[in-house]
Amino acid sequence: MSDTHAHSVAFVRMETIPQSAPPLAAAGPVRWGKDNLFATPANALLTIASLVVIYFILAATVPWILNGVWNAGSLSECREILQGTSGACFAVLTERWPQLLFGFQYPSEAYWRPTLAFVLMLVALAPVLFFDLPRKLLIITALFPFVAYWLIWGGTIWAPILALVGFIVGYLVYAKFVNRSFAVGFFGGIAAAFVVWALSGYIVPALTPEETLLSSVPSRDLGGYMLNMMLGVTCVSLSVPLGIVLALGRQSSMPLIKWVCVIFIEFIRGVPLITLLFVASVMLAFLFPPDQTVDLFIRVVIMITMFSSAYIAEVIRGGLAALPKGQYEAADSLGLDYAQAMRLIILPQALKISIPGIVNIAVGLFKDTTLVSVISMFDILGMIRGPILASTDWNGLYWELFLFACVVFFVVCYSISQYSQWLERRLATDHR
Amino acid sequence: MNKSVLFGALTVAGLAAGAAAAATLDDVKARGTLNCGVTTGLVGFAAPDANGEWKGFDVAVCRAVAAAVLGDATAVEFVPTTGKTRFTALASGEIDMLARNTTWTFSRDVDLKFDFVGVNYYDGQGFMVPKALGVSSAKDLDGATVCIQTGTTTELNLADFFRANNISYEPVPIETNAEGTQQYLAGACDTYTTDASGLAATRATFENPGDHMLLPEIVSKEPLGPLVRHGDSEWGDIVRWTLNALIAAEELGVTSTNVGEMATSTNNPEVARLLGTEGTLGEMIGLDADWAKRAIETQGNYGEIFAQNIGEETPIGLARGLNAQWTDGGLLYSPPFR
Repeated sequence: MSDTHAHSVAFVRMETIPQSAPPLAAAGPVRWGKDNLFATPANALLTIASLVVIYFILAATVPWILNGVWNAGSLSECREILQGTSGACFAVLTERWPQLLFGFQYPSEAYWRPTLAFVLMLVALAPVLFFDLPRKLLIITALFPFVAYWLIWGGTIWAPILALVGFIVGYLVYAKFVNRSFAVGFFGGIAAAFVVWALSGYIVPALTPEETLLSSVPSRDLGGYMLNMMLGVTCVSLSVPLGIVLALGRQSSMPLIKWVCVIFIEFIRGVPLITLLFVASVMLAFLFPPDQTVDLFIRVVIMITMFSSAYIAEVIRGGLAALPKGQYEAADSLGLDYAQAMRLIILPQALKISIPGIVNIAVGLFKDTTLVSVISMFDILGMIRGPILASTDWNGLYWELFLFACVVFFVVCYSISQYSQWLERRLATDHR
Repeated sequence: MNKSVLFGALTVAGLAAGAAAAATLDDVKARGTLNCGVTTGLVGFAAPDANGEWKGFDVAVCRAVAAAVLGDATAVEFVPTTGKTRFTALASGEIDMLARNTTWTFSRDVDLKFDFVGVNYYDGQGFMVPKALGVSSAKDLDGATVCIQTGTTTELNLADFFRANNISYEPVPIETNAEGTQQYLAGACDTYTTDASGLAATRATFENPGDHMLLPEIVSKEPLGPLVRHGDSEWGDIVRWTLNALIAAEELGVTSTNVGEMATSTNNPEVARLLGTEGTLGEMIGLDADWAKRAIETQGNYGEIFAQNIGEETPIGLARGLNAQWTDGGLLYSPPFR
């Protein structure tokens, strides 16, 4: 071929031209910017306006953060170091770090205990959140509440052990009778557990030695972000099962159960959380003698759990309502009884539908735990607004402290929301 | 079953409340600690420090009572209360006394069934303005926007003051002192009003305190003092006379450093009675002879407590003013120890 051309044409390129990059204006960032940022004059105007706003925000905050002072004893020392230049006084975080995390009354030599409990919590949560992990890990999850209680509150180890024994006995009774009837097994198990707990009320004081391995820490000494985490984790994990029970109860054909659930849900949803917290902290004190009040932490846990379980119940009811009637009928036609139908057919599907709603409430609940600062519990916000801002050293600092609170809450809430999105993708079995 | 539990709890609560009302002193002694209500944090008056130890002007009163009653100034369980929970905490018996810069008013004393045992700080509502505003008297504030905490007596005092002077103002309602400070510094209001001690403490935290001034007018009386429940006068006496002992100690020249020496070698019979080397005052009040001596030894006299927590040497920098001894032209006046 090339020979024929050699006679008729003066020059023939023998090799292909190497590929060159597309013109600058037709590809790459320029093209992208032209398409997305400056497509029309109006778009261009908006882009420039946004860039200006972003510039001003960054110009004000970035030097302020980079110029921050991390080591100083007080606000006035910070100002001396800064010499009038703009800069954050992060020294308050350095100095009050343990107080922000654990509150101001938790014994400092015991800080490792809640820290260890936190690490264990991550381990215990893993098999619940990621069900590809070996199921045996759930044993750790089951033991975690008792270990965590012992680590955080300290005192005699027999209290959590006997509480655990109560659960085990309850489960054994349940397992023995559940074949005869679910109801007998269920209520028999609960009754057996209560018998054990009532007995252990007498045994524990007798077993308690003078000096316990871990020093006992009363509830009112808990504080800081630890308190938010404890309230959040406890209340979420308690209110999901309770919410399921309430949602099923509301759909029950037994009028008494149905109306109890309806009234409970509607009442709780009609009352602001802060009101319930005031009832927990103030009104209940009138009903009990001064020396025998229920622990404030437990009172608050009960109130927040009641509050969020009512909302979760409504979310799950939505999930139950979204299931086609055929699913219920299919379960019935297989001859499953109510408990089996719910456990094996209805709830797995209904809960999957409800995931976004439940996560929404869990995130809201976690943030609502800061409301306890109003009833003079020193959670992270209570620590900031009370002791830290009221110390003569740090009075007058606001941005740094509240920014810190924002960051720690954002980390947790964003993780929860990312997890739920992953879970939705993982559980997506329908054909979309 | 629920019903019987509820009634049982109510009965026990009723009995216990009756018992608690009868003998707070015995309860405190049996418990070994004094439950004292304080604020959740107010600069100079009560706040835990970096080590978690409560410090402050009101805290010192709690510790003095604990030292007098239990012999140990650290045997205090501080119960932080907010403005909303403080009275129920006291009424329900959760705390034995409340030292939370609470204004002594008629309705609180009579209607809420509390006993104010004295005044440990005479405060009053003042105004802070930027110097750039060019105002030298609160009466020049006609038409000004005023930052004011809602739901407090300061709100009512402000309305009274402006109405009495026939001038107008525009309120900017705020919730907390922190919010008020921010609003004021951001220029959302021309003037910020609250208790003068609070204004001074707030101003001390500004980057340029010199740019702001407190106006000379004090528009209300705010006598702040510790209080106890109605119905247990013996306990009320103990708190009242512990406070009086601190005040009298300053008047008589007894300090935390010289109290031991004074107790043994004084020629002043009143000092001797106060410190228990003469007379039977301790026995009359149901305590031992050294009760007042311990309170002064651990906390110092009133003047020392003031100087240490809120006085002119501290960042808060409050002058004694009305809180000077009556011999120095102030209002502090302890009845005689005799």
